[in-house]
Amino acid sequence: MGISPSNFSYDYHVDNPAPDAETVYVDPLRQARSQKEARQDAFIGIASLLVFVALVVLLVGRSSGWGTVAETFFNRDQFSESFPGLLQAFWLNVRIFLIAEPLILIMGLLIALARTLKSPIFLPIRVLATLYVDIFRGVPTILAFLLGFGMPALQLTGVPSDAIFWGTATLVLSYGAYVAEVFRAGIGSVHPSQTMAARSLGLSSLQSNRFVVLPQAVRNVTPPLLNDFISLKKTRPSLQFWDQSRCYAEPKLTRLQTLITPLMWVRP
Amino acid sequence: MSKQDSYICVDGIWKAFDGYPVLRGTSLAVAQHSATALIGASGSGKSTLLRCINALETVDAGSIMVNGDLDVTAFNVDLDAIRRRIEIVFQSYNLFPHMKVLDNITLGPIRVLKKSQKDSKVAAMELLTRFGLESKALDYPDRLSGGQAQRVAIVRALAMEPEILLFDEITSALDPMLVGEVLDSVRELRAGGLTIVMATHEMSFAKEIADQVCFLHEGVVWESGTAAEVFERPLRAETQGFLKRVH
Ligand SMILES: Nc1ncnc2c1ncn2[C@@H]1O[C@H](COP(=O)(O)OP(=O)(O)OP(=O)(O)O)[C@@H](O)[C@H]1O
Ligand SMILES: [Mg+2]
Repeated sequence: MGISPSNFSYDYHVDNPAPDAETVYVDPLRQARSQKEARQDAFIGIASLLVFVALVVLLVGRSSGWGTVAETFFNRDQFSESFPGLLQAFWLNVRIFLIAEPLILIMGLLIALARTLKSPIFLPIRVLATLYVDIFRGVPTILAFLLGFGMPALQLTGVPSDAIFWGTATLVLSYGAYVAEVFRAGIGSVHPSQTMAARSLGLSSLQSNRFVVLPQAVRNVTPPLLNDFISLKKTRPSLQFWDQSRCYAEPKLTRLQTLITPLMWVRP
Repeated sequence: MSKQDSYICVDGIWKAFDGYPVLRGTSLAVAQHSATALIGASGSGKSTLLRCINALETVDAGSIMVNGDLDVTAFNVDLDAIRRRIEIVFQSYNLFPHMKVLDNITLGPIRVLKKSQKDSKVAAMELLTRFGLESKALDYPDRLSGGQAQRVAIVRALAMEPEILLFDEITSALDPMLVGEVLDSVRELRAGGLTIVMATHEMSFAKEIADQVCFLHEGVVWESGTAAEVFERPLRAETQGFLKRVH
């Protein structure tokens, strides 16, 4: 016997047994209604979006300066001319990112952990970690790039003078400080009762960090960590400014590139 | 019971938090394979006493001996040795939310007892089955009801094969409907011969299961005896007042 509104009743008896535990029953009238509402919502949303776009196009297109703006920023010839360079720079950006990001994560995690050490013997480590975090967060990234001027200038043997090397090192140092604070907040967000439970199971403090606290901390801070990743990708181009100013080279910018840079976070 | 032949011997321990005394010379003797219920008003120090027995808190003075051979309060005590023999279950379960039920249970056996993955899993499944939780093994803790979560917490403690189980108001966070299933689990452990010390607000349960009932008042064991003695014929005015209030 199937279920229908007429026999779906709270008075279960021999002729009308209770439904088994897996049965899912939705009133067909309600189902039809919610489907209809979903279709209506989709229609209203799309219509409203179209009207909005139409309004924007009308307003911008009718403004007196639109012709110049279009010529300056949306010139197809310039776009196709600079596109290969952009692609190349984008690839460099990706490579730097792939190297810097893991280093930043490791650095941030180690610093954050160093700051949670309690034993007095670790006081110097704690102090160093705190100093590092406060200094590198306080200094503007562009200044931190001074490292890239300074280190090669010392002309130490074995120290690379490569711009990309020092640029990446700067990114790691500067973002490591931010990420360390994010991790520290994450560790703080795990309730102490979790550590207590882990310790009472007999886990050492290292083990309870490794298996209980850190996995939860990292989960809790994934959104702000992603923030920092994105910001890292956007900071990378200032490496270029620094590199160019180092060479006193005349920046060769096309107008299109000036626009595209903030959009794609890269410049050839 | 004399102090000499008691299994857990808490002898005059003191504990203050920020200058506020919580335990004030508390003494307690627990026989092996027995169940002891700690009752008393909120703030009387029940949880603190339990945590001291498990060395989650360090005492200010006094000593706690287990089986005459393990001094929990010694300065250079081997915490691992204590926590292998004594497990605690908390009011708020404290399951690890990022691990499945099975992994919650096998974490200790694998990392502390150094058992193989396979053996720990088999043992964990056996325990889960015993407590009617085998279908939850691969769920995350947030999918469990309060009663199920608390029983998983008990299983997690049992997986460490402790000699002593400490229960800190393990039914206080539960719906009255769910209290029964957790208490059934405790009954079974009691029958299995574990030594149990529990802080509880479930007076009828304490009456039923406890060999010894201790009434804590302002950080001292004010009155103790068999359940019949403490519940039916309390000697001191504070005990009488407390029992009147909770009934
Ligand atoms: N870590 C701590 N830091 C400071 N004070 C604490 C700490 N733990 C407990 N206390 C204080 O010690 C007193 C006793 O606490 P305890 O948790 O032992 O009481 P309890 O008998 O278990 O009470 P309840 O029945 O409410 O659980 C309380 O006043 C509490 O505020
Ligand atoms: Mg308590």
